[in-house]
Amino acid sequence: MKKVFQKPHALVDIPQHYCPGCTHGIVHRLIAEVIDELGIEGSTIGVSPVGCTYNNYEYFNCDMVQAAHGRAPAVATGVKRVFPDKTVFTYQGDGDLAAIGTAEIVHVAARGEKITTIFVNNAIYGMTSGQMAPTTLLGQVTTTSPFGRNVAQHGNPIKVCELLATLDGAVYVERVAVNNIKNIISTKKAIKKAFQVQLAGLGFSIVEVLSTCPTNWGLDAIASLKWLEENMMPKYQLGNYKGKDLEV
Amino acid sequence: MSKKVLMKGNEVIAEAAIRAGCRYYFGYPITPQTEIAHYMAKRMPESGGVFLQAESEIAAINMVYGAASTGARVMTSSSSPGISLKQEGFSYLAGAELPCVVVNIVRCGPGLGGILPAQSDYFQTVKGGGHGDYKMVAFAPESVQELYELTVEAFNVADRYRITVMVQGDGILGQMMEAVEFQDQEKIELPEKPWATTGTEMKRPHNVITSIYIDPEVLEQHNLKLQAKYRLIEDCEVKVEEFNCEGAELILVAYGSVARIAKSVIKLAEKEGIKVGLIRPITLWPYPSKVFDKYVDQVHSFLTVELSAGQMVEDVRLAVNGRKPVHFYGRMGGMVPTNQEIIAKIKEILGGVAK
Amino acid sequence: MALVTFDKERCKGCELCTTVCPKKIVIMNEEEINKKGFYTAGVKEMSLCIGCGFCAMICPDCVIEVEK
Repeated sequence: MKKVFQKPHALVDIPQHYCPGCTHGIVHRLIAEVIDELGIEGSTIGVSPVGCTYNNYEYFNCDMVQAAHGRAPAVATGVKRVFPDKTVFTYQGDGDLAAIGTAEIVHVAARGEKITTIFVNNAIYGMTSGQMAPTTLLGQVTTTSPFGRNVAQHGNPIKVCELLATLDGAVYVERVAVNNIKNIISTKKAIKKAFQVQLAGLGFSIVEVLSTCPTNWGLDAIASLKWLEENMMPKYQLGNYKGKDLEV
Repeated sequence: MSKKVLMKGNEVIAEAAIRAGCRYYFGYPITPQTEIAHYMAKRMPESGGVFLQAESEIAAINMVYGAASTGARVMTSSSSPGISLKQEGFSYLAGAELPCVVVNIVRCGPGLGGILPAQSDYFQTVKGGGHGDYKMVAFAPESVQELYELTVEAFNVADRYRITVMVQGDGILGQMMEAVEFQDQEKIELPEKPWATTGTEMKRPHNVITSIYIDPEVLEQHNLKLQAKYRLIEDCEVKVEEFNCEGAELILVAYGSVARIAKSVIKLAEKEGIKVGLIRPITLWPYPSKVFDKYVDQVHSFLTVELSAGQMVEDVRLAVNGRKPVHFYGRMGGMVPTNQEIIAKIKEILGGVAK
Repeated sequence: MALVTFDKERCKGCELCTTVCPKKIVIMNEEEINKKGFYTAGVKEMSLCIGCGFCAMICPDCVIEVEK
């Protein structure tokens, strides 16, 4: 018998602090598997955000830089401009990317900065215990929208893939989810393509991964996946928004 | 060997940085320092480096943070309101112990203020506009020649201690043209940077650049390490000019453009029989506090002159420690004091015309 | 022939793995808890395992290894 599934080398073999059933763990592993398969661990530098995954520099075996809230794309730009031949990625949540970091993500996309962003969208702020995010759905109850998000007071959620796809420098834009095996497999494919787009020097690549936050949604892990399917997926349509036919 | 040219202050800063081995500049336009960005936009690519106009001063300082993580020599420049935006970045740079150079061509505030020169960012730079217990080394040049020499030295000091070095000029220095003598070869001290995130090449454990340590015992140790570094810098890196201080009745304390005015005041005062000296801090941090001990018994008093409501004067008072009076004269809004105003103030302090 | 092994001490009892097994052999062991206080996942009827790896794919904590 031989091992057909084991921990990827690019993932540090230590327990992760995320809540039970939090899908960050899945996404981290997929990124690490892609790094292993592409053989780029030694030439990759990742940028950690602020949020639940502020310390994911502990979980990836490549060199890592922790960034101020929202600024990961700017930090990644600094790294990539020094090392254009290395692979640089950011890992960001919905507060980091779509609230405080909106300018930075728009401009790395506009500049076509050759980095890869993995955007984990769980429609809420996890680390700070459950506030409304720019991606929180209308009607969704959070600690700062206790009566449910409403248009008059809070405006509408932001669709990041649609937004960034309007920029020429963003050459690969894909939205995926990790709610079931089929979608987990698609997520890994998308992450791999995003890294390959960077390796081919084509431009900015981003994969938005619809994810769960059982703790702040007030649901168990299994119910959270269902909530994601029934509520987030209709609003945030999965699929390719740019670069479907890119040759990598 | 060296070469003498007539150049504008802002451009000299940029040229000095390139000669010091800086190959990455990230910046954003703001008056009165945008010439630094213009010069870099041409000169950086010529030197095989990277110039990038960032989307904001916040993005620029974070690009500096990223480039500094790789071990590269990197800088940004801005002016007061833009420097305010960078304060979070400075705190992160300090916590992560990343070396870099930042240039502040100070203009007046508060708020949008004005575009004329000021010295009202002393508190922000020296007492920390960013959060937490941190310091940055701050150089205060008084001439275009010093803009060049101190910018080169800034990169060496930054690398020596893994610290941000601020070159704090003002709009007068940035815009003025003076003769500057460039060396053919700069003295560049490039240490090894085993901590840098350059990619493991699968040959070493991963490097992590971070400023967060959740465990309080660990974070306290980290802070104690930073404090020890700052004490070392205080012992080793003070730069100060003592001008005409021996036997002076009154000593002016001033830096940057105001120090030049102070020097001409001293000549004028001499003609009127008043012996005035000048203590010119060249490092605003570490502050040359000890130099005051040399003259405190001898003088009648000190007069601090600043283009502000009085910021450095607080450090003068701390250094003098109540032993002699410390007076203050300041102008704001971009107004620059004349020799006559300062002499009048000196006479007022000394009580009538001297013998 | 296939074998799945569970690192019980890494398991957080989220139960996601129990939802994806095509043979429905991944179950929660509610007779004991691990050091962190979680009921852990596991497989009793190993002979039915087809080594698809779905349980390992959905596990956020790399608890499961699969051999075939």
